[in-house]
Amino acid sequence: MTRTPRPALHVDVHVARGSLHVEAAFDAAPGHPLAIIGPNGAGKSTVLAAIAGLVPLESGAVSIGDRAVGALPPEARRIGVVFQDYVLFPHLDVRDNIAFAARMRGGSRVAARAAAEPWLERYGLTPLAERFPAELSGGQAQRVALARALAAEPEVLLLDEPMSALDVEVRAEMRSELATHVREFGGATVLVTHSTADAAALADSVLVLEAGGVTQRGALADLRAAPATPYVQRMLAAAAE
Amino acid sequence: MTAPTRRLASGPGGRLAWPIAALAAVALALLVLPLLSLVLRAPWADLPRLLARESVLQALVLSFGTALAATAVCLVLGVPLATALARASGWPTLARRLLRAAVTVPLVLPPVVGGIALLQLLGRRGVVGGLLDDWFGIAVPFTTGAVVIAQVFVAMPFLVFAVEGALRTADRRTELAAATLGASRWQVFRHVTLPLVAPGVAAGAVLCFSRALGEFGATITFAGSLPGVTRTLPIASYLAMQSDPDEAIALALLLLAVSITVLVGLRDRWLPGVRG
Repeated sequence: MTRTPRPALHVDVHVARGSLHVEAAFDAAPGHPLAIIGPNGAGKSTVLAAIAGLVPLESGAVSIGDRAVGALPPEARRIGVVFQDYVLFPHLDVRDNIAFAARMRGGSRVAARAAAEPWLERYGLTPLAERFPAELSGGQAQRVALARALAAEPEVLLLDEPMSALDVEVRAEMRSELATHVREFGGATVLVTHSTADAAALADSVLVLEAGGVTQRGALADLRAAPATPYVQRMLAAAAE
Repeated sequence: MTAPTRRLASGPGGRLAWPIAALAAVALALLVLPLLSLVLRAPWADLPRLLARESVLQALVLSFGTALAATAVCLVLGVPLATALARASGWPTLARRLLRAAVTVPLVLPPVVGGIALLQLLGRRGVVGGLLDDWFGIAVPFTTGAVVIAQVFVAMPFLVFAVEGALRTADRRTELAAATLGASRWQVFRHVTLPLVAPGVAAGAVLCFSRALGEFGATITFAGSLPGVTRTLPIASYLAMQSDPDEAIALALLLLAVSITVLVGLRDRWLPGVRG
């Protein structure tokens, strides 16, 4: 887990999702997580899917440092994704979930499992290594999802509503744990959320997406000082309560 | 919604109206009594001797061999076809419907029609059979290979629909997650899709095998009834009925035993409705 200088993520995409057209252009610098925030149906998750290569672009480009990845299939992009409700492999135990990427790179099962060991340890998952996803709590599943994504050694990390599948009682704790892991990762990170609390804890700056377009970008403090739209104003007012 | 729907035919307290109870009893009798009679009238004392006959053993080996081969062919070809069917959502509606119809037809077609159709394709003067005969001197009909082809024709839909159903209920996002972790399309299929639908594949393979084992109409039309070459258990049983009914009953019992074994094997995981 050596720290090499990590590249920035450059995004300028146009995606069609049914009748909704989503256009977003932004950069995410390594070590400075960006939160995409916005109302339901604004196209937040679609932007993440476009960056990861899971939905086709109408037009635009995605690059990591100098490497254009917009035309590459997802498996060649080196972009890690933590999905909403995590989408662990139900037929594999925790160890094999985390070993999955190493296995796909052509390692033997034994070698891939050995490569998963440090991740299990680091995320406190060693006692759960033989469990299957159905036997995990929400918080445990989140840890596995994050470890599984980072074990693939991605250059960019995307998190789609990472807290939404968690019970309210454990959210605050998991939020600070996730913030620590995201800082440790140190690469360009983009997360989607509709919670200003998540954005404040996990991200350095915020991109507001409404009805398929970016309406404001800045630190949360900037948004507070000058909310650009009624939605931003309402969102911040609701968070202040 | 479920409770009122389930109780639609029953009066208060879950009792059935008497005409419904009577008709249900007749239906049940129609399903059960023939098999019960078969068991009752079986020449149990002679059974070992009957089943040890050369002709019976020949038919037994041939039937299991061809049904297993047909199941293998259906697995190799049917799983990809099911995948195409389940993932065809991006296709034009007409193409999707035609594809589905093509897979469904053998399911509803009288097997004899399938046999006649296979002859028109692979017979000596058939569309492709003529070429095979002219160029390579290969004649497909009335061979053991023809038995397997006839069985594949009738049994394939069972496998395809079982696997397709499993694919439809599997979470597509697990495949996307695998791709973001570096898995190629083939690796996704091999390491994620296939294990996720394994129960459906197994259930489909068992149904496919039992359908292939019972195949009669298409086989006798396309492959004939040559002892040791194309005379499978159902055909041997039918022919024996005319000369030696005891042997026919013995063969029928054998097929019944296999069917029951299949049912018991399926009951727990794949046919929850069968569970008592």
